Amino acid sequence: MASAAQRRIKAISYAKYGYMFIAPFFLVYCFFQVWPLIYTFILSFKGNQSEHALWVGLNNYSTILLGQGRAAGAAASQEEFFRALGNTLILWFGNFIPQILLSLLLAVWFTDAKVKLPGKGFFKVVMYMPNIITAASVAALYVNLFGDSENYFVNSTLMKMGLVSAPVAFIKGPIASKLMVMFIQTWLWFGNTMIMLMSGIMGINPSLFEAADIDGANSRQQFFRITLPLLQPIMVYTLVTSMIGGLQMFDIPYLYHNGANFNKQLETVAVYIYYNFNQGTVESANYGYAGAASIVIFIITAILGSITFYMNRDKDAIAKKKQRKKAEKQYKAKMKQGGLTL
Amino acid sequence: MSMKQQYGQAKDNYHAKIIAKSALIFAVCVLLTLICLVPIYILIVNSTHSNMELVANPSQFFFGSHLGENIQTIMNKVPDGASKVVKRTAQQYSSAFNVGKGYLNSFIIAGSTTVLTVFFSALTAYGLVVYDFKLSGPAYTFIIAVMMIPVQVSSAGFVAFMYSLGLVNSFIPLIVPAIAAPAIIFFMVSYMKSSFPLDIVEASRIDGCGEFRTFLTIAIPMMKPAMAVQAIFAFVANWNNYYTQNMILKNEKFATVPIMVSKVLAFDKNLDNGANFLCVTLSILPIVIVYFILSKFIIAGVALGGVKE
Repeated sequence: MASAAQRRIKAISYAKYGYMFIAPFFLVYCFFQVWPLIYTFILSFKGNQSEHALWVGLNNYSTILLGQGRAAGAAASQEEFFRALGNTLILWFGNFIPQILLSLLLAVWFTDAKVKLPGKGFFKVVMYMPNIITAASVAALYVNLFGDSENYFVNSTLMKMGLVSAPVAFIKGPIASKLMVMFIQTWLWFGNTMIMLMSGIMGINPSLFEAADIDGANSRQQFFRITLPLLQPIMVYTLVTSMIGGLQMFDIPYLYHNGANFNKQLETVAVYIYYNFNQGTVESANYGYAGAASIVIFIITAILGSITFYMNRDKDAIAKKKQRKKAEKQYKAKMKQGGLTL
Repeated sequence: MSMKQQYGQAKDNYHAKIIAKSALIFAVCVLLTLICLVPIYILIVNSTHSNMELVANPSQFFFGSHLGENIQTIMNKVPDGASKVVKRTAQQYSSAFNVGKGYLNSFIIAGSTTVLTVFFSALTAYGLVVYDFKLSGPAYTFIIAVMMIPVQVSSAGFVAFMYSLGLVNSFIPLIVPAIAAPAIIFFMVSYMKSSFPLDIVEASRIDGCGEFRTFLTIAIPMMKPAMAVQAIFAFVANWNNYYTQNMILKNEKFATVPIMVSKVLAFDKNLDNGANFLCVTLSILPIVIVYFILSKFIIAGVALGGVKE
């Protein structure tokens, strides 16, 4: 039995507090995120450098996507954008595949109750460590260790051990530098992915593994028949977040170089956008190209995001909702009928 | 062969297999540990060697004795008798990599963003979970939908907008946006849904407690675990955020640690390898120390679905 006070409180509407509590988020989000996004969209229809105030319609898009535009170097801009897209794809692929394989293997090993592994906690802590180090520092660290000449640690050591006769161009070499970035990205992220997959595996009902053990399934069968299928949602999530993360790949490709300019062989889409707008003054920056490239990335992200949303939606909840609607309809129909007979 | 013997053999065999497997796994883990730690070790070792030593022999595996000189170089405190080149080098390093200033700036940014992010995310999550209002559903859907939008997508507009507001070279565009962190709100909402009893809010209302006070004195203490995890991640993410900081902070006096590292990286003359390594060491040292102190929470937080930067 509810007391009088309780009833009175139930009668008060607290809705206005709900709006008050979420207001700061929406105000700040609109000011610092939504408006800049719209502004980027507007900028993508405006000119570059000295023409920054001019409306140019779809010119920026046709320049970076088709190579046709009013500016003299339209074809070069298109080439650069597609090279950046290609680099992003190669670098993402080259770090995602080894990363997911390694993380999956480690996650299965670490969650295997039969394996006796001393220092499991220590290994987890060490393997996650690269992920928290400042990416700019990581780039600097690798540049200072893997410099192109024999005056740097790795090349000097390799030559002393007689493994190579001439220094390897880890930074300027077109293939070696890409492999290095893939390695660094894997080094940075495998611990994180491993821990996420581990929590996914630990969420699987252990009695499934016990039953499989009793039925005589070996570890490989258990992995392919139980772990992998049940891990699918978290794998999809990892895949999509990694893809979106790949589109944002910036710090390492941008800073993995010697001297003042970034390495063109490692130019990703994020670097392309950044380099085009970050030129100090409006007169020397290409806000138009940067805006158009941003919107292209936004569309790709939106597609990837809706794939996860679709794959991870709560199927049970949707089924229940459908059932409830059906029941409601039936009930209404019944009421109507009842009303008629009366 | 008796049955017992046979059974015993099979058991031994099983044990041998498990031991072999464990040994293999242990070996792989040791190898990966080395891959993770050796670069850091070499980095620290090299920052204790002088430039001369590193030029003569770049493959140094053990600690040297020139840490003091390298510190003098990057602090611009070389002895008066030093050569002109040494002085110029020290000048160059100390102006690009001003350690104290960098730590201070990074700490101001990371510290205040962390407080804002955690507090306002908890506030928003509380508003969405506790109150039943018309737009709560759409608001939550919006937050989930925008969670994955990369910063890069709006950064051109963001910078242009900040230029027009005159907020370049100011900490405001780096700190205030932290109030709106969709991913952290998402995390807090799911945390509250699973472990925050709504009856407690009603009880405090009956006792005459105001809504905001209920949030401050009852909800926040109950959400401490979730807030602590998110605070760690927010701090690390903002300390490491080179992208946004580098496009807003153009003036040297606002430079943060990542910006300073990138400046050292861009040197092409008067290089001092020892000082180079020392700068990188100093830039990662605080975060690595904090990490090893808090590693248990951090690993648990990642397992909970901590935010992927």
